[in-house]
Amino acid sequence: MNIHEYQGKEILRQFGVNVPNGHVAYTVDEAVEAAEKLGSNVTVVKAQIHAGGRGKAGGVKIAKNAEEVRTYANEILGKTLVTHQTGPEGKEVKRLLIEEGCDIQKEYYVGIVLDRATSRVVMMASEEGGTEIEEVAAETPEKIFKEVIDPVVGLAGYQARRLAFNINIPDELIGQAVKFMTGLYNAFIEKDCSIAEINPLVTTGDGQVLALDSKLNFDDNALFRQKDIQELRDLDEEDEKEIEASKYDLSYISLDGNIGCMVNGAGLAMSTMDIIKHYGGEPANFLDVGGGATAEKVTEAFKIILSDSNVRGIFVNIFGGIMKCDVIAEGVIEATKQVGLDIPLVVRLEGTNVELGKQILDESGLNITSADSMADGAEKIVSMV
Amino acid sequence: MSVFIDKDTKVIVQGITGGTAKFHTKQMLEYGTNIVAGVTPKKGGTEVEGVPVFNTVQEAVDATGANASVIYVPAPFAADAILEAVDAELDLAICITEHIPVMDMVKVKRYMEGKKTRLVGPNCPGVITPEESKIGIMPGYIHKKGHIGVVSRSGTLTYEAVHQLSEAGYGQSSAVGIGGDPVNGTDFIDVLSAFNEDPDTEAVIMIGEIGGTAEEEAAEWVKANMTKPVVGFIGGATAPPGKRMGHAGAIISGGKGTADEKIRVMNECGIKVADTPAVMGETMIKVLQENNLTEKCKTH
Repeated sequence: MNIHEYQGKEILRQFGVNVPNGHVAYTVDEAVEAAEKLGSNVTVVKAQIHAGGRGKAGGVKIAKNAEEVRTYANEILGKTLVTHQTGPEGKEVKRLLIEEGCDIQKEYYVGIVLDRATSRVVMMASEEGGTEIEEVAAETPEKIFKEVIDPVVGLAGYQARRLAFNINIPDELIGQAVKFMTGLYNAFIEKDCSIAEINPLVTTGDGQVLALDSKLNFDDNALFRQKDIQELRDLDEEDEKEIEASKYDLSYISLDGNIGCMVNGAGLAMSTMDIIKHYGGEPANFLDVGGGATAEKVTEAFKIILSDSNVRGIFVNIFGGIMKCDVIAEGVIEATKQVGLDIPLVVRLEGTNVELGKQILDESGLNITSADSMADGAEKIVSMV
Repeated sequence: MSVFIDKDTKVIVQGITGGTAKFHTKQMLEYGTNIVAGVTPKKGGTEVEGVPVFNTVQEAVDATGANASVIYVPAPFAADAILEAVDAELDLAICITEHIPVMDMVKVKRYMEGKKTRLVGPNCPGVITPEESKIGIMPGYIHKKGHIGVVSRSGTLTYEAVHQLSEAGYGQSSAVGIGGDPVNGTDFIDVLSAFNEDPDTEAVIMIGEIGGTAEEEAAEWVKANMTKPVVGFIGGATAPPGKRMGHAGAIISGGKGTADEKIRVMNECGIKVADTPAVMGETMIKVLQENNLTEKCKTH
């Protein structure tokens, strides 16, 4: 799950990470009011969307007085920002962060991720702040320093110091940088983050170490124990069909094609997209109904697929392990009864209770094309749309 | 022979009183798996499908001499269940549970360092040695005894591969699902290495997917160490970057973990990669022919 920059900064503040003063604003008047409350010489007006690259897209402006804050807030609120992370359709700005400006001396990068190779959390730092860390990794990998963290010990003081020295934080600010990194690590662990990225971290003319930006993502699997994080979810930032799917615990991702897919198992669901493409079709979605799905869940999955107006045909590809084929069959029938089905439907069933599942479909009297294998099913649906 | 499990493996089912566990306990018993005990706290003294239930893993081990466990415990408590299995010094713990918080698994992995237990999973279908023991959730009837080893990050894709092999007459020595999570107990290299040592395995199919670099590392290991032919498949060639494709570990991030890159490295390391999941079996059959292994591996 993603949250906004201002929400991330609020969390970081709770963990003793130094961030600039700021307030969220939903309207132009709120923006001006927030700026007046800050009372700083320079105020930054920042678009809040769940995507990076906002500055380049015109979503970040520096205002020297309240009038300028009003002008920029007016300009940015309601604007659709297109960045390298939003896709071509862009994202509409509905919230602003009104923040105190600061006298930046130098920009750095600090981030925490899971390192899959070591099964440990890794803190990375670089003095090439402000640019995409992927770019730094590709062009000057020697400028990225890493510390692998033992989960029992946590981020050790010497590790934070070593990172701070390696990225050439001035000596007099090392103590502050260590406190910053320690707070960031504690936030990452206690809030079950999947990514915590501060880009840039800055040192200022008045001797501060500050998080100028904040990107916190959270482990969806841990949200059950992070109720306060769940409350930060902004549904405006998510795909409507994906929201609907998440209510039923379905794993769904919208794509651009016209063949709807309903599959069990993530690997098979991905491969079903691949094989549709292989036979010249375009998948409309990724959908894993998961293990232990009920007929009701399958019905909801079907409704979500059909709510996509691009869908011209549906391919159901099931290899039952946990999932029983008869449950899928009942769900398919229930769904077609509830929503009506006037587009081609190809069903391929294999695995636990397969005979029962096939029998249920055969006896339903519905217009369903059955397939003997995954390839057969993919070919059939591609030829039918 | 086989890897990790055989007919003598004595199995505990952790979380046996849950609905999914009950269903699969019945399926495993019908397959012939030697299930000796179940564990659910506060349900000790009861029975599920004729299997005695204990309050703790240690009690179950003491009473039955079990050496393996399969875990169906819900995600919030699953990491604790793994720790309990490790503490009881089982040889093997297979965790089926999906959606375990990744930080829980980071701690579990740290706890397991230097310990005796091998963890398979989490978020996996389990391990099967056909006609001997099935520990997990895979449909037993598609498997046939034979000489092809199967290792995979995806449950249903494993079934797909096994089904194709069995239909064509090629049985399997063992099939191991290592799971779709970013932090797991047993990785591709562990399983490839076990298959390499196993006298009954003649060739291996490894099934990967987008995310991470485990397939690339395994491919390099195969090139350097493997004496048996390896065939592969990678799911997710059409997956958009930055999106988690169902499995917690299936995500292309920062341009890393793409199917193209994995396939490129695998090909470079001498692993023949199937073009589509529908031809995983066919690809294996071709490779067996090239290596004069057809006769040895054709089992039925």
